[in-house]
Amino acid sequence: MGEFYSLTVNGRVREVQDAQMGESLLFVLRERLGLLGTKGACEQGECGSCSVMLDGELVCACLVLAVAQSGRDIVTIEGISPAGTATDVQQAFVDAGAVQCGFCTPGLVMAAHALLERTPTPSETEIREELSGNICRCTGYGRLLQAVSEVAVRRSQGGTRNG
Amino acid sequence: MAESSVISATREGRIGDSVIRPDGMEKVLGEFRFSSDLPMEGALWGATLRSVHPHARIVRLDVSPAWKIPGVVSVITADDVPGRKTYGLIRSDQPVFASDVVRYVGEPIAAVAADHPETCRKALAAIIVEYEVLPPLVDAERAIDGSHAPIHPDGNIFRHQRIVHGDQSVVGDVVVEGTYEMGMQDQAFLGLEAALAIPDPGGAGVELYVATQAMHEDLHQIAQCLALPEDKVRMILAGVGGAFGGREDLSLQVHTCLLALRTGRPVRVHYGREESFVGHIHRHPAKMWMRHHATRDGRLLRVEARFVLDGGAYASTSTAVLVNAVTHAQGPYRCDSALVDGWTVRTNNPPCGAMRGFGVVQACFAHEGQMDKLAAACGLSPVEIRLRNVMRTGDRLITGQVVENVAPVERLIRETDALPLPDEPIGGRDFDPMLLPGGAGLTADPSHIRRGIGWGVAIKNMMYSEGFDDYATARCTLADGVATLKFATAEVGQGFVTIAQQIARTLLGVDEVRLDRIDTSIGSAGSTSASRQTWMSGGAVDLACRRVRERLFEHVGRLWGVDPIRLAVEDISVVDTTDRSRSITVAEASQGQHFEETAEYHHPPTEPLDENGQGDCHTAFAFVAHRAVVDVDPELGLVKVVQIATAQDVGVALNPLSVVGQIEGGIAQGLGLAIMEELVIQDGRIRNASFTDYLLPTFLDMPPVLSTIIEEPDPRAPLGAKGVGEPPCISVTPAIAAAIRDAIGKDLTRVPVRPQDICL
Repeated sequence: MGEFYSLTVNGRVREVQDAQMGESLLFVLRERLGLLGTKGACEQGECGSCSVMLDGELVCACLVLAVAQSGRDIVTIEGISPAGTATDVQQAFVDAGAVQCGFCTPGLVMAAHALLERTPTPSETEIREELSGNICRCTGYGRLLQAVSEVAVRRSQGGTRNG
Repeated sequence: MAESSVISATREGRIGDSVIRPDGMEKVLGEFRFSSDLPMEGALWGATLRSVHPHARIVRLDVSPAWKIPGVVSVITADDVPGRKTYGLIRSDQPVFASDVVRYVGEPIAAVAADHPETCRKALAAIIVEYEVLPPLVDAERAIDGSHAPIHPDGNIFRHQRIVHGDQSVVGDVVVEGTYEMGMQDQAFLGLEAALAIPDPGGAGVELYVATQAMHEDLHQIAQCLALPEDKVRMILAGVGGAFGGREDLSLQVHTCLLALRTGRPVRVHYGREESFVGHIHRHPAKMWMRHHATRDGRLLRVEARFVLDGGAYASTSTAVLVNAVTHAQGPYRCDSALVDGWTVRTNNPPCGAMRGFGVVQACFAHEGQMDKLAAACGLSPVEIRLRNVMRTGDRLITGQVVENVAPVERLIRETDALPLPDEPIGGRDFDPMLLPGGAGLTADPSHIRRGIGWGVAIKNMMYSEGFDDYATARCTLADGVATLKFATAEVGQGFVTIAQQIARTLLGVDEVRLDRIDTSIGSAGSTSASRQTWMSGGAVDLACRRVRERLFEHVGRLWGVDPIRLAVEDISVVDTTDRSRSITVAEASQGQHFEETAEYHHPPTEPLDENGQGDCHTAFAFVAHRAVVDVDPELGLVKVVQIATAQDVGVALNPLSVVGQIEGGIAQGLGLAIMEELVIQDGRIRNASFTDYLLPTFLDMPPVLSTIIEEPDPRAPLGAKGVGEPPCISVTPAIAAAIRDAIGKDLTRVPVRPQDICL
């Protein structure tokens, strides 16, 4: 092989070496670029664990062909905030007890950010509906609802995304 | 230990505080490493070839074509298993690789190691397996009546257990009877099975990073199969993405180790979702019959029951699941007479074993259906019939065992009943079609929707039963004001790591509690199952910390020239309770010191059941009540759960935030079982092994949960705290089924309730 293509991930151009052409964005992010925060759990876009932003749009990385994303702006959980810092959503997840096993968490963090960008003051039903593409098997969603609601309130009172 | 040393928790992070998880920040940042997040230079990928038939003889197995594929490094079969060819938690009846007969669809036959998952896929496809298809045994009743030939040398019946208790001639003025059925539920943890095995030079041993519920249970089985001494198999808990019983049995552990030992290279095996569905055990599907006898005023006199649990192809924990089912047939109600027959049998269906609730989920669905029938027959409300029969501490179970635990069943029902019912009309106060049954499809006509209310109450045993000494081990070290805890307790998301720190902070008066790596270099903690780790590993951490505190008191006593019995930890200091002017911070007192203690916690012994199902077989019990409100569209058979109210007996809420998380999460799984989750099995094949077809509750499916935590410290529990993991998912399922019955007036006898059960 020896072929490569490049992807723009979290603001950096990354070369993908020796990849097989059929690899999903999820596989390439994890196995070729070492970005392990994006999780795979269903391989068919049903659970949202692999949610990333693609040109500002929330997508399931398991459904996206990696090689076709050259030139597009990809943001993963690792790029949602400066390294080692937490966004308001991430901090709220921790504080509200919205994390148990944590496998769905990165995907839900991405989805919650996308929701709050689109709908800054969502109703409870809007939160439930907009995040219904992300399966959480541990929490029953109650603490997640609390976390997202709190962030919406805080932002409406002048709180910022990055704390 | 002097009573004065029992401290009050005043600083954050102590017992009783809603402490956040120590791994929470890593998890939200995406930095926490799960078992699938362990890439390694030079590691190979492994994959498993599985049976495509529920029952067949392997006539020919030729792996040589796989070896010829570029990139393939190893191919292994049963012939390559150096030690014991089988494994199993209770009976070793499941082959590591099938060699002569396959007994379920998905049974492993061979495994490969290669440079890329795609190479693995090609290699598996190249392996030639010729089968002689045999008639599958898929009807559990045929295993019981003996009309199907044995499909395994051990026979088709895993266990028959009978309970005969009290006066067998009792006949009630009121008698109600019902049959109940439960489909096969899957744990559907999100973090798929994954492992990394790293061989020692020369194959002398192996290091295994894996997501599991039971480090030492795995270790015993793996070492036997690999023919290695246990100290040559070093297990490290990799991040666990949920478990719920589905990681109690081995899945990929032996295969991954064998491939690593064979190739001399690190090997990673990751299951996909479809493979996960066939690669782990499930909740037993059940068929149950019950007949309840009562007085005219609703006092329960006698329970008769018959259980048939389909255990699938291999034993797993079926025999223990059965005992839970039959011994919980009466529910949380007084009953002096019983006749129960239970079978768990071998079939060519997918193997079943542990899932949250473990046999009690099945029993509860049946006994709660019966209590509602009894209520109707006696002209009582569902609440009243239950209140008239509540079990109390000191009551005798149908096994003859006396309930010695706190048993606040009456209070649970009353507190649940006191929670407000939803005051929103159908569709919500602002009428949002998303809140109708069927949601966004706009399928339901609001004027046709009916609302119903239903109840469920449960008793659940905790810890292992029938004489098993499932002890737990923990080590505590105190040095320079920092405590360090070491245990092999599998943290699967439930939050034991959080409460372990809380215990140490509270007992030792330190703020910093480090957690050592979870691995098998310390004694067993048993499994993270049976709602047991708070009690068992919590008990071991508690004991280890208390012993360290004794050492600290001896040290300070020597410094001050006083009897250590006068000393206590208060907040962050050791104080002299006789002369309170004297105190020293723990940080200062432990400066330059190294106090280390390892403790094993054992629960009181239990005993096996006799042939009449009599014996003190269980360790302890917890209780819970649920009330469900549902909206039902009777034309399309769609259900929207509107609200769940619950009160749960927790003993002491060591971490109220964690308790709420367990309550809400358990309810979601019980809701799934009530109205959507079922592995559909046809002729031994799972027809819906994907998240597209196996429906899990989403954010929108979950209603608001109103919960009341009932704290009545249990004097038998090391911290007064009962396990909280399983009860939430047990009686919510019958409560939802009852609410649907209430809404539409139909006698629904099966969960999950399907649209056709409602509208046809």
